Amino acid sequence: MADNLPTEFDVVIIGTGLPESILAAACSRSGQRVLHVDSRSYYGGNWASFSFSGLLSWLKEYEQNSDTEEETAAAWQDLIHETEEAIALCKKDETIQHTEVFCYASQNAEDSVQEIGALQRNASSVASSTLTEPLHSAELPQEGHSYITSNELPAEHTPKSESTISLEETDVEESPEKERNCEDKTCMPPVSDGDKVENKPSIEDNTNQPKRNVITYPQIVKESRKFNIDLVSKLLYSQGSLIELLIKSNVSRYAEFKNVTRILAFREGKVEQVPCSRADVFNSKELTMVEKRMLMKFLTFCLDYEQHPDEYQDFQQCLFSEYLKTKRLTPNLQHFILHSIAMTSESSCTTLDGLKATKNFLQCLGRFGNTPFLFPLYGQGEIPQCFCRMCAVFGGIYCLRHKIQCLVVDKESGKCKAVIDHFGQRINANYFIVEDSYLSKETCANVQYKQISRAVLITDQSILKADSDQQISILIVPPVEPGACSVRVTELCSSTMTCMKNTYLVHLACESSKTAREDLESVVNKLFTPLAETEVDKEELRKPTLLWALYFNMRDSSGVSRSSYCGLPCNVYVCSGPDSRLGSEHAVKLAETVFQEIFPSEEFCPPPPNPEDIIFDGDDKQPEAPETSNVTVAKVESSEESKNLEGAL
Amino acid sequence: MHGRLKVKTSEEQAEAKRLEREQKLKLYQSATQAVFQKRQAGELDESVLELTSQILGANPDFATLWNCRREVLQQLEAQKSPEELASLVKAELVFLESCLRVNPKSYGTWHHRCWLLGRLPEPNWARELELCARFLEVDERNFHCWDYRRFVATQAAVPPAEELAFTDSLITRNFSNYSSWHYRSCLLPQLHPQPDSGPQGRLPESVLLKELELVQNAFFTDPNDQSAWFYHRWLLGRADPQDALRCLHVSRDEACLTISFSRPLLVGSGTETLLLMADESPLVVEWRTPDGRNRPSHVWLCDLPAGSLSDQLPQHTFRVIWTAGDAQKECVLFKGRQEAWCRDSATDEQLFRCELSVEKSTVLQSELKSCKELQELEPENKWCLLTIILLMRALDPLLYEKETLQYFQTLKAVDPMRAAYLDDLRSKFLLENSVLKMEYAEVRVLHLAHKDLTMLCHLEQLLLVTHLDLSHNRLRALPPALAALRCLMVLQANDNSIKSLDGVANLPQLRELSLYNNCLQQAAVLQSLASCPRLVFLDLQGNPLCQEAGISEHLAKLLPSVNSILT
Repeated sequence: MADNLPTEFDVVIIGTGLPESILAAACSRSGQRVLHVDSRSYYGGNWASFSFSGLLSWLKEYEQNSDTEEETAAAWQDLIHETEEAIALCKKDETIQHTEVFCYASQNAEDSVQEIGALQRNASSVASSTLTEPLHSAELPQEGHSYITSNELPAEHTPKSESTISLEETDVEESPEKERNCEDKTCMPPVSDGDKVENKPSIEDNTNQPKRNVITYPQIVKESRKFNIDLVSKLLYSQGSLIELLIKSNVSRYAEFKNVTRILAFREGKVEQVPCSRADVFNSKELTMVEKRMLMKFLTFCLDYEQHPDEYQDFQQCLFSEYLKTKRLTPNLQHFILHSIAMTSESSCTTLDGLKATKNFLQCLGRFGNTPFLFPLYGQGEIPQCFCRMCAVFGGIYCLRHKIQCLVVDKESGKCKAVIDHFGQRINANYFIVEDSYLSKETCANVQYKQISRAVLITDQSILKADSDQQISILIVPPVEPGACSVRVTELCSSTMTCMKNTYLVHLACESSKTAREDLESVVNKLFTPLAETEVDKEELRKPTLLWALYFNMRDSSGVSRSSYCGLPCNVYVCSGPDSRLGSEHAVKLAETVFQEIFPSEEFCPPPPNPEDIIFDGDDKQPEAPETSNVTVAKVESSEESKNLEGAL
Repeated sequence: MHGRLKVKTSEEQAEAKRLEREQKLKLYQSATQAVFQKRQAGELDESVLELTSQILGANPDFATLWNCRREVLQQLEAQKSPEELASLVKAELVFLESCLRVNPKSYGTWHHRCWLLGRLPEPNWARELELCARFLEVDERNFHCWDYRRFVATQAAVPPAEELAFTDSLITRNFSNYSSWHYRSCLLPQLHPQPDSGPQGRLPESVLLKELELVQNAFFTDPNDQSAWFYHRWLLGRADPQDALRCLHVSRDEACLTISFSRPLLVGSGTETLLLMADESPLVVEWRTPDGRNRPSHVWLCDLPAGSLSDQLPQHTFRVIWTAGDAQKECVLFKGRQEAWCRDSATDEQLFRCELSVEKSTVLQSELKSCKELQELEPENKWCLLTIILLMRALDPLLYEKETLQYFQTLKAVDPMRAAYLDDLRSKFLLENSVLKMEYAEVRVLHLAHKDLTMLCHLEQLLLVTHLDLSHNRLRALPPALAALRCLMVLQANDNSIKSLDGVANLPQLRELSLYNNCLQQAAVLQSLASCPRLVFLDLQGNPLCQEAGISEHLAKLLPSVNSILT
């Protein structure tokens, strides 16, 4: 493998998150020799999506990660010449913290499942044939999977966690004894601290509710591949820069999207649909005629508010929420606009920012449907892979599970000239792009990070029932106390190819103030009921049931400025991980800025040439990489670039 | 450079494109020529189908080639076995679909599909409905496809309720859709037939209220969308009025009988349209229009033979039967009287309650209320203002007169592009109100002075008026329809901008005509006045023509019977 890898490149990119992948595509497209590596065994870094068991393995990895602290004496030190200096890269990913897992679904399984290939990505992965052969063929942990994986969990939570462990402990490689054991354990009254739900034996569940199709944990595990669980919770604004880039660069051909179908609001303890497009307003049964008019009138005004300065001039510095009160809008309309359309904070957003956000929302309406958002089928993790694919089509070389040990800096010029990988091989290049999480503690000594609180839930029904059960919804739950962060809830149905039939995948996200569970649990409890809680008789009043829940904190490096990193040579560029915002505008902007810095005269991701305009010329083959020219000439449209990669590796 | 693709330069591309276009054009022209030659030679075989499909596949709007195909298919129908024909038809349907994908708005293609489906022994209508649904999914406002859908639905006898549900679903997606609203207006009367009215009948109140709510949702959501307002107008519209004879007038003096109809119509000679009975025996008369042009008209008249008016008898009964309209009118001329008449009053018939329904005033009231609510929110919305005016007219034209005029003023200010139309509409409403007031007062004198009128209408309603004052308005002509005022004796039209007097002709009773301060340019425009036998007074002061040299002499020669002409 390492023997075959060329040692001369123009650009080496470390990390396969979205900004790195966009940069890889852009560089490759403009003719640079690109090496794109990731130490992980999957694409996307913190932008990745996992099957259910893939996610469990990912959790496991973070758990183990914390153990392998010791720095092995660096063999690469010997490879550094006298005229050179080395900047060591980070060994350990510290971007994910406070992972906590709760399983509410019944463990009672007739169908025991041996899950394999946990980290294997779904079939649509780039070059899956050669690159993603499972690293450690991911059997789930031998002895009962510990479903609470609390990295640095605050001490006061420990008792509670233990109780949940006892409830949810299971093993997919089930033996009869274990199964019984599990059931016994589930029957035990929970030792919970108050707000925790009361669990009933799962068997009782089944008998009490013959009508409802109860999904069991083994079923989830069995259908693991039906899940594509995103680490980030994002959507694409249909007029946003990511969509524009996907279309312009023709990368969109590698992905499919679904329109988000509903914008929801949480008001007075109830979930309701927000009418935001013209058709929604027309069809709404909840709004009165006058409300319809006032809402439409305000939204129409927002679309070109710059043209009517007299309408808002006096309020520019006021809070947007105060401004809305002056517009003859009823309280529910104010709520809709403030939280669900502008998606702004009640206590801090100014009128001008609110109008801008509203306008942005409205401009995205109607391009692909009645809401402003798109969701990529098979999950957000597809998007970085699409750009990687584009990079590969134009000759980029990919190596996953390829650790880079250090950057080699030429003392004289102060520039980075090479990297040394875990085989000790030196790879030379002119430019280096590194994702923030690969940088060592020393490099990041002065960096202040923010955190994102995330939750991933698997539930059995939608938070707002409708005629069709295939809805994709986004809901903003405003904070209870003013000043706190609102929580963004995205509910995905099975037709997004991110969860199994009859389930919903729910993502929660907000900027962290505490651990993810502390930040998000109250919202989860408002919207969902853990399985086996006392049943409400009336079916329509029933909240959706939680089957499984994961909380974690993700580091948000998006706000870090380049100057905060110590001692990086000028030709090393840093990409940040995912930010907490709904769109991916930050990643696109970052990629474009870095690209323009490196190649100021090159166009950023121009449309690929029309296949019929490509000149087929046998003499044009580059001797050092014959496969590459083959591929670029013949397979602009095919997905066979994996062959190219195979040859290269 | 490594990995860099070699692509053609733009000149190379342009040249390649040009060559390709040239090649295509050549093929297109030669194929067209070949088709025309074959057609001329009468060789209508499958090769023509093949040739035309090449051209139509690229340009489905070539109507002549569709005609060729029809000729070929008709020819083949006679020659081929049923199996062969079936496969031919199948191929044709597939081909049509591919053409529709090239241009979903091609008249020729849709028409050809209609024609083909119409000829099939067992057409698969379900498939056609599916096709329509698919095309409307892509473009819900493709009226070609809507048209075809209506054809298919009729042929397949699709229940109107299903089609209504289909329009529902498309309106839900986007209510700016004339085709969809229009289709509703066709389907609803079918779904809810009313026993006493014809196919143009109105809807039962419960249905009407539901539709009104739907359409209100639309115009409250987007008050600038016309399609909803048009549908609203249709919902509140009244059925076409029944054909009727409005007025019958007999004048002994002129030995003349005049009738006016509820709509303009052409009365032929003889008795096939109108039958006149004088004292219960048919009378053969020659019908003509007041302006002598004998074009379709509201008003027709005839000369009566002397015998039918003889003073010997105590009375004469005249009855006119409109055979086609199933209507008649009768009046009795007593001995010693100069005239007799019988008419429907505009006040009884509520003729002028514009086009909106009068039966359901509670519905109209509530519509007025919500429109006023909307107007408060959208003070400058022209559709809302106009609808308010129409609703007020329908409810009570006299009660709301003042308010209506205020709304007209606002409307003109917000929609200056249609100022002239609005002026005319306003004139019409004011004239109607004046007629109503006159009839309530039971007089034959109509005052229309100082009303800012820009046009005259409903003149056929004024058959019996003897004094008419049109002074101080903005009239630019006295239109030909004025000739219907058979009883008019005094006409005042001072201080207008009148340039032509076409209508002041053949007025048998006209004695005084006052036209000072108008825009009459030449003496020649007064020519028609010569046909008014009793005209003795004419005031022309303040008109440009008074400046002409020798005007008095000229006028004396032109109008010898007019005693006094003021210039």
